[in-house]
Amino acid sequence: MTALPWWRDSRKVGWLVQAAVGLGLLLVVALLLSNLEHNLTRAGLRLTLGWLNQPAGFDIAETLLPYRASDSYGRALLAGLVNTLRVVGIGLVLATGLGVVAGAASFSTNPLLRGLSRTYVEVVRNIPLLLQLVFWYFAVFLTLPPANQALQLPGLQLAKSGVYLLGARLVNGELVGGWRLSLELAALLTGLVIYSAAFIAEVVRGGIASVPKGQWEAAESLGLKPLATLRLVVLPQALRVIVPGLNSQYISLAKNSSLAVAIGYPDLYAVAETTLNQTGRGIEVFLLLMAVYLGLDLCISVLMNGLERLVSLKDR
Amino acid sequence: MRSFSRTPAALLLGLLFGLGGCAGGQDQGPGAGRLAAIKARGTLSCGVDGKLPGFSYQDSDGKYVGIDVDVCRALAAALFNDPNKVEYRELTSSERFTALASGEVDVLSRNSTRTLSRDASGGNGLEFAPTIYYDGQGVMVPVASGITSLKQLAGKTICTENGTTTELNLADRFREQAIPYTPVKYQTGDQTYAAYLQGRCAAVTSDRSQLAAKKTSFPDPAAHTLLPDVLSKEPLGPVTVNNDSGLSDALRWVLFATMQAEESGITSKNIKEKLAFAKANPNQADLRRFLGVEGELGQQLGLPADFVPRIIASVGNYGEIYSRNVGSESKLKLDRGLNRSYKDGGLIYSPPFR
Repeated sequence: MTALPWWRDSRKVGWLVQAAVGLGLLLVVALLLSNLEHNLTRAGLRLTLGWLNQPAGFDIAETLLPYRASDSYGRALLAGLVNTLRVVGIGLVLATGLGVVAGAASFSTNPLLRGLSRTYVEVVRNIPLLLQLVFWYFAVFLTLPPANQALQLPGLQLAKSGVYLLGARLVNGELVGGWRLSLELAALLTGLVIYSAAFIAEVVRGGIASVPKGQWEAAESLGLKPLATLRLVVLPQALRVIVPGLNSQYISLAKNSSLAVAIGYPDLYAVAETTLNQTGRGIEVFLLLMAVYLGLDLCISVLMNGLERLVSLKDR
Repeated sequence: MRSFSRTPAALLLGLLFGLGGCAGGQDQGPGAGRLAAIKARGTLSCGVDGKLPGFSYQDSDGKYVGIDVDVCRALAAALFNDPNKVEYRELTSSERFTALASGEVDVLSRNSTRTLSRDASGGNGLEFAPTIYYDGQGVMVPVASGITSLKQLAGKTICTENGTTTELNLADRFREQAIPYTPVKYQTGDQTYAAYLQGRCAAVTSDRSQLAAKKTSFPDPAAHTLLPDVLSKEPLGPVTVNNDSGLSDALRWVLFATMQAEESGITSKNIKEKLAFAKANPNQADLRRFLGVEGELGQQLGLPADFVPRIIASVGNYGEIYSRNVGSESKLKLDRGLNRSYKDGGLIYSPPFR
């Protein structure tokens, strides 16, 4: 066997091409990094994380994690992260619920329900989220009546001082007890859930549509009612298509939560913005922010990939 | 395989050092860049608020006006003999310093408070021009609320803008006096005042001049009032980046020129006579130097010799700028207070032009 010249050896050529591309990429990254390094040095700014231990000096409106103005920037950012996780956590659950209902409703035999579902999806997903958040906050929640004339819904009271769940009572013109959500959090959750659920509804609709019509007919001929057909026959098969689509919607929801800053909810991004301004540590703050959002989204991805394996069709 | 994967890392390190070296070698030293770049470009890029009556906002013709805008106009007049050669960028308070540091704007003239950490190279690393408005932080409440002191704000919500000194002073003052409160912070002034007007918060806090200015654009200005408390010192002025003394010196002396002109009684109306008088009288050394008839003060700054007459002819002296934008001739009618010339007991003072 004569030795193949290296340029004819597809393995070696492959390696070379990959190495060349890799080298090019490294060159670009190195150029950017050295540029950054050079400019920062010239401006007298060195990358450091020491400022994270300095007292922050600003207050945060609402935190799950106990926080005071005398705590450090690190603690303030952590409190912001917990606020973000709170919105993302509650948002994922509610958006999934609403999305599945809306998606399934588009297959309803009731034309009114079907029309409602389609209208909801088309209206909501075609209006920018920022606009919707500003609408919910300024036009809906900020125009609520004062506490003594709070809107009463079953288990829910809406007033200018906040949204109260689980039975708050009126004491001296103020609502006390129950579980209070600030208007900022309530508006953010409402906007995010309604927006994300519209996309999830489309994913669910696509999943259900992927199940052959014969499956519906077979279930029907066995005497199953429409809802039971959906639950027992169609959804389990549709999940295989739905879960990968849900993954990217969940990631979007997590990223979109950073729009909170527009309506005054102190999420990670809002706290980071203040931190950046007080410390002047723009690059470090943004690198931290990117790392945290990347980490958060990767976590969601890993969990959803696990779920995907769980519901995928097993070869037997 | 192992050694192959290590090669890129070695290359990367080599490149980093190599490029770092080149870039360092090309450095022209501080100051060479910005002022020369602005002159070559032919326009000045200025970061402003854009929505704050009296400081920077668009009038009914869509033209930017206000004290902060006049700073940019004065610098453009000095550089190009045309105060209109300015490109304005509207920036929020949290964007402003990043926009300046990244070079998106040459000068930031956006009612920014001078503080140590913003100035210091170990902090934000900014260069502050002279203060053009001595202000203090105030608190505005609806008259109907009956609130007349900070203590009465205990347990209430207070609206403010994200990324301001206001936010920090608020925390400090209320912490000192152990008054509990909830701050709700917005990204822009528009959002802050919209939320306040909708009743989200019992009070809104900012610089007193800003509160007075915003109040004039409320549907019913008389329904809101400023508490007498002053929470802090807020010396406001334009900003440039650190380590660029060419630009920061030019800006500094352009502003001093407007102050010196007021001290010397030179206005946009009499500048022509004053200039003719200076030219005709060789004994008026101070006036001749100031107006660039003799000496090379302008040249030393990298500005034309006649930069002072250019500024005064197009934007006027400090007193004119003040009364036109925020003082007696404006809607705001703010008292000059600390912003009087030192000759009248205020803090506005120009070092000598010599």
